[in-house]
Amino acid sequence: MTILGDPHIAKTAATATAITPSKVTMAGALTAALRDSMTADSRVVVFGEDVGPLGGVFRVTDGLAAQFGETRIWDSPLAEAGIVGTAIGMAMYGMRPVVEMQFDAFSYPAFEQITSHLAKMHNRTKGRVALPIVIRIPYAGGIGGVEHHSDSSEAYWIHTPGLTVVSPSNPADAYSMLRDAIASDDPVIFLEPKSRYWSTDTIELPIKTAPMTSAVVLREGSDVTLLAYGPTVRTALEAAELASLEGLSIEVIDLRSLSPFDDETVGASVRKTSRAAIVHEASQFGGYGAEVAARVTERQFFFLAAPILRITGFDIPYPSPRLEAHNLPTPERILSALDSWQW
Amino acid sequence: MNDDVAQREEPARPTAQPISLISNDGAAVTDSTAAGFALPDSATLLGLYRQMVISRRFESQVMALTRQGRLATYPSALGQEACEIAAVASLDKQDWLFPTYRDTIALLARGVTVSEILAFFRGDWHTGFDPYEHRIAPQSTPLATQALHAVGLATAAKLQGDDTVALTFLGDGSTSEGDAHEAFNFAAVWQAPVVFVIQNNHYAISVPYAKQSHARTLADKAIGYGMPGYYVDGNDAAAMYAVISSGMDRARSGGGPTLIEGLTYRIEAHTNSDDPSRYREKSEEDEWRAHDPIERLGKYLANANVLTPAVSEKIASEAEELAANTRDAMNQSPVLDPLELFDHVYAEQRSSLLEQRAFLENELATADGGSER
Ligand SMILES: Cc1ncc(C[n+]2csc(CCOP(=O)(O)OP(=O)(O)O)c2C)c(N)n1
Ligand SMILES: [Mg+2]
Repeated sequence: MTILGDPHIAKTAATATAITPSKVTMAGALTAALRDSMTADSRVVVFGEDVGPLGGVFRVTDGLAAQFGETRIWDSPLAEAGIVGTAIGMAMYGMRPVVEMQFDAFSYPAFEQITSHLAKMHNRTKGRVALPIVIRIPYAGGIGGVEHHSDSSEAYWIHTPGLTVVSPSNPADAYSMLRDAIASDDPVIFLEPKSRYWSTDTIELPIKTAPMTSAVVLREGSDVTLLAYGPTVRTALEAAELASLEGLSIEVIDLRSLSPFDDETVGASVRKTSRAAIVHEASQFGGYGAEVAARVTERQFFFLAAPILRITGFDIPYPSPRLEAHNLPTPERILSALDSWQW
Repeated sequence: MNDDVAQREEPARPTAQPISLISNDGAAVTDSTAAGFALPDSATLLGLYRQMVISRRFESQVMALTRQGRLATYPSALGQEACEIAAVASLDKQDWLFPTYRDTIALLARGVTVSEILAFFRGDWHTGFDPYEHRIAPQSTPLATQALHAVGLATAAKLQGDDTVALTFLGDGSTSEGDAHEAFNFAAVWQAPVVFVIQNNHYAISVPYAKQSHARTLADKAIGYGMPGYYVDGNDAAAMYAVISSGMDRARSGGGPTLIEGLTYRIEAHTNSDDPSRYREKSEEDEWRAHDPIERLGKYLANANVLTPAVSEKIASEAEELAANTRDAMNQSPVLDPLELFDHVYAEQRSSLLEQRAFLENELATADGGSER
């Protein structure tokens, strides 16, 4: 392999992408996190489809090939099972691969490698073999994507013991959580809400937010706990804003980590509000909301005044672009669901 | 099936040079480059030419609509018309085609209407046509997966004694997927009546062939599976037609699968959201433009006095007519019924979905319900 970038530059670059407060997109924050992790640790390598000179179809790896060269980041053959399978071998030999699945539904060819090997290796070897691999997956809809480009597949991953599954909702978390994910000794499924890639916040990088595995209260409230993650966090915040005009006080929690689940943060909020609802784009039946509802009910039953609600996509294959808006949870849908409770 | 493995015949190996029947300057190829294949008759070649011209005009119209933001996406086959059209021309009525997102002009050539085609790219529904009416599977986006479907369908036809052959397209990048290799192997072991047409257009989005395969040609892959492989000039419609047709004949007469690689080039970006300047030189594109498949066949047919100015004019006006139809079809974008989202998920409808349908119906009946984009 030839070195495209100048390795000297890569080694001597500042350990972090120091940026004074400025507008950063989620995509840009993820790029910075990859760059800083690669700079800090030479065992971090990045590969996948089109992640090299193109910079990924969402440009998350933009500029990294030029900076780090082909021994640190490269385009692999087009095969997801191959990408995850070889990442496993590399991790067994001490590397820390960060691989990209180009879109949610295109991670499915790698399902066997992820569920049968990536998730199980640590356990079957009694902890002798750790697999510090991050699988980045742009997921969910709202971008007018054609068939197979808008799936929310989190339920498959959270149902698999051995995997950590997280999803940031804003640029600062995107940076901080990706750095945490790369530093983790467990395999992490890192779900990037593609409808939020171009959302901006004015932040200073590098930034350290709450640990990757914690939920965060984004907006305090007293009447309802509204749980969301990834693409629906913005929707939940909008719903809370609308509700406040009608005198309803909604506490919005960004779960951030789907597995593990932050029982403490969510429990404290539910004990305060005594009502909870969860919003996600994925279909409802057997979805993440079902786990959350069951889990929170088991732990907080005597504090609850009403059943936990799920505001989700319908139980249908993800619709074509012109119909997808009907499937996505909206603030209005959230509020009318909350209205269904007896107050 | 021959169970005495040692007795199996060695299948045809790919040639060193791509098989070609018409050179880039429009002359008939008579030397070994033709690999023994005969030039198709003039009527056939003119038919290919006509459909290629029409296809290109269709695509330029669709690309214009895409630039106006009226289609969600469109992956162009500009420069790949010889592969696309020769493949469809090689099919009989009873045969099946398994296309990808790239192969829209193949659908058009097999009779799918413009509005049925646009339904997918406009974002109305995932498939706009009836697969049984046209004997075309839905355009496949999960790469290489359709190749296994082709093998299964062809095997079913064989088991039922039908003389149906399945032709599946694949891209160069897609040959890296496990499903491609499983399809090759199943087809060979089952001696399925299948023709694999790999369009090696040199790129999988940004990734060039060199990073995709270390094989000299993709046709070489046939050897390991025990089927004949052909390495063909994919910008030579005559050669593609001759080789694919012989593969169809082999399949139909019980000779099993054939793997054909057409060496061609994706002139346009991967889709409208791609930016090729990030990964390839403009000069490379220009070089391939100078090997245009339509110009090549046109030159040959003009020299042979088959493509007269009058014929040429007639084809051009047919192409314009289709372009106008395409604009009309776009302007008649149908009103979609969101409730249909619940109608086709299962063959046997469930009450739980009817509940969700009623929920949306109720929501739509109120003014602030979700709206169609
Ligand atoms: C399983 C799977 N992985 C990734 C993708 C994303 N993707 C769409 S097209 C493409 C490149 C395909 O290249 P090739 O097979 O050469 O076909 P071409 O687009 O050149 O016709 C990729 C990576 C996909 N559609 N399916
Ligand atoms: Mg290709």
